[in-house]
Amino acid sequence: MTDPVWPMLLGRFTWDSLPFVRAWHNPTTNELIAAAAGGIVVVSGIAVLVLITVLRRWRWLWTEWLTSLDHKKIGILYIVIALVMLARALVEANLMRLQQAVAVGNPGFVAPEHFAELFSTHGSIMIFFMAMPFLTGLINYLVPLQIGARDVAFPVLNAISLWLTAAGAALMMASLVIGRFSTGGWSGYPPFTEIGFNPGVGPDYWIWAVTLGSLASTMTGINIAVTIYKMRCPGMKLMRMPLFTWTSLCTAILMIFAMPPLTVATALLALDRYLGFHFFTNALGGNMMHYANLFWMFGHPEVYIVILPAFGIYSEVVSTFSSKELYGYKSLVIATMAIAVLSFTVWLHHFFTMGQSASINAAFGIATMAIGVPTGVKIYNWIWTMFRGEVRFTTPMIYALAFMMTFVLGGLTGIILAFPPLDYIVHNTLFLVAHFHNMLIPGTLYGLLAAYTFWFPKVFGYRLDERWGRISCLCWIVGFYLAFMPLYVLGASGMARRTQAVMETAYRPWLYMAEAGALILLCAFAALIVQLWVSIRRRGANDVFVGDPWDGRALEWSVSAPPPEFNFARLPHVDQAHWFYDAKRKYAPYAPPIAYHDIWMLRNSAVAPVIGIASGAATFGLVWHMWWLAIFGLIVIFAAVVARSFVRDTHRVIPASEVARIDESWREATARAQPVPREIETSPANQGLALVRS
Amino acid sequence: MNGNDERRAEVRSYLVGYAGAIVMTGVAFAIVQWPIASPKLTFAAVLTLAFTQIVLQFRCFLHISLRRSARDDLQLILFSTLVVALMVGGTLVILLNLRERMM
Repeated sequence: MTDPVWPMLLGRFTWDSLPFVRAWHNPTTNELIAAAAGGIVVVSGIAVLVLITVLRRWRWLWTEWLTSLDHKKIGILYIVIALVMLARALVEANLMRLQQAVAVGNPGFVAPEHFAELFSTHGSIMIFFMAMPFLTGLINYLVPLQIGARDVAFPVLNAISLWLTAAGAALMMASLVIGRFSTGGWSGYPPFTEIGFNPGVGPDYWIWAVTLGSLASTMTGINIAVTIYKMRCPGMKLMRMPLFTWTSLCTAILMIFAMPPLTVATALLALDRYLGFHFFTNALGGNMMHYANLFWMFGHPEVYIVILPAFGIYSEVVSTFSSKELYGYKSLVIATMAIAVLSFTVWLHHFFTMGQSASINAAFGIATMAIGVPTGVKIYNWIWTMFRGEVRFTTPMIYALAFMMTFVLGGLTGIILAFPPLDYIVHNTLFLVAHFHNMLIPGTLYGLLAAYTFWFPKVFGYRLDERWGRISCLCWIVGFYLAFMPLYVLGASGMARRTQAVMETAYRPWLYMAEAGALILLCAFAALIVQLWVSIRRRGANDVFVGDPWDGRALEWSVSAPPPEFNFARLPHVDQAHWFYDAKRKYAPYAPPIAYHDIWMLRNSAVAPVIGIASGAATFGLVWHMWWLAIFGLIVIFAAVVARSFVRDTHRVIPASEVARIDESWREATARAQPVPREIETSPANQGLALVRS
Repeated sequence: MNGNDERRAEVRSYLVGYAGAIVMTGVAFAIVQWPIASPKLTFAAVLTLAFTQIVLQFRCFLHISLRRSARDDLQLILFSTLVVALMVGGTLVILLNLRERMM
């Protein structure tokens, strides 16, 4: 069972690589869990394929979604990937919490190696395949609409980024069914992940999945930055952009500079593992500290890559649901830029204990504390925005409020960790785990979910169910506090992170509490699914085709919901920030344009799916040493790029008459709709037209 | 200025940049092949030539100038320089310090 099967073709595959075979030979709970996880992937994969075939949706899927270059559809696909991956990583988190709660004074039911795989996949997925695709999807969808553009600057590149991300996510899923994942944590530190200590496929899965994700993010960063710099509609000066666009710009710039160090780090590690190099090995001149340095040069800006868009989201949400202009717009922009720059000055605080001199640690510790200042500025901005506003406690607003309270707590423990001497004490304990979850869950996840609830009506044309939204929101909040506050206590009492079994019985009540919290977080996700289901069922009653259900400010609210393929029948001309908000109060924003023109849009292209599938196959081949597959995949990628450059007929015309027909039918609906006041905006009376009191 | 003049000015800018780049690269190679100064001075000269060439290429090929229309691009370049300096400089400080403490 441990001999390679047909190595010419299947590389280092053995029957033992399949979790089902392992479970058959050795039916322990541990192996059965692995087999069940693999089984879920296989069964749900087959179920999806069967469903598409039965519904005869293949052609529709291919032409409407998979080959589309529409930034809106690409954005939605990103978020679909993110939600699927969120489900998996959340289940893994629950397994880990359950294991630790059970394994006080006994080995528990998850074996150490398996436990290590769980925390490695949980971290890698949550960062690279949940947070990143989710925020990239939101940016993709919203930024062109907010700046009055028809698409991003490089639509084909955009689709390729999506497909590389999808390939990386598919690799993560494949590791559940064939072989094992890395046991080296989400940061994959060598020398542990070197060939000498980890000869298996696990680290290779990690290397290639992360490499695909980082390449995709680099290209996305370039795309978004160029879009914001070059594609703004007439009159949209930088200081008139909505704050979400500003934070997207800063995130994009961070991606451009922060992702390459990661790509370099994983590429060098791959050279070590595949070609016998010695960049990070113990012997022959290798030095793993270079890896730590490179990884965190990416890793710290990454923290702000995932948090800055959420800051933008909260700014939009707080301002909209307080019916007030954002307090201190300029200071928020400056604070965002300051955070973007400062984020490149603090990476050493992730390895205070690596052994550099005290003065260097002190310098980076001070820089770390300095980041708290612009972040604090933002918190005050949001509080002042709400002050004397017409605050409505809708779901996104509850997320925003929970964020403000919780994020400040997490920031406080961050300041504690920024003192090198204190960091030495809690280094590698659950205190750290509690701290970064305390930043990332309110700072990123709540923001993403607030955005999901806030912009869902814009994207799909109907509002999400408010009641289930609040239930889910409440579960995310209560679950978070129950799951992570105990970890502060445990960490301060010395419990190391990534511990598979616990010998100290005094930890037991705290671990139980954390497990209860993890279960509530799982319920929160379930409530999210129920909310989606209920909302789809009642979509007729919650229809907001007119497109402005919350009395929004930025340009995306000035078009129908869902927006037409070309976004704007006529590109807007703006003469101030919040142009749409003021237009609703001063003149008629829904008046038809003087004339309609032909609009040129991009034709679909199969190049991105081809590249995505080929790169998934090539990296899978590299993981399993199926060299023929790797070479074949690389050739296909190259050929696809060359072939694309010969395609001359890339555009198609939407004639002016068609534009007029689509636009006029929306304007008629606008004229028919009943404007609603803010008090009843969550009731079915809301048809997407805001009642304006000037 | 009509389109033709504009085009001519653009071509001239490319030619100037091209010639300048070739001369500076050639000089850098030449002073290494046929040394006329101490190695330290030669190294400084090569660095200076390289830096001048970067500026020249930005000016002539990428049309970066202090004019208002190019202000965005200039800001991005300065920002990039700052971030790269932080990353490279920080890395050097950290790793040289580690080396010092371990050797």
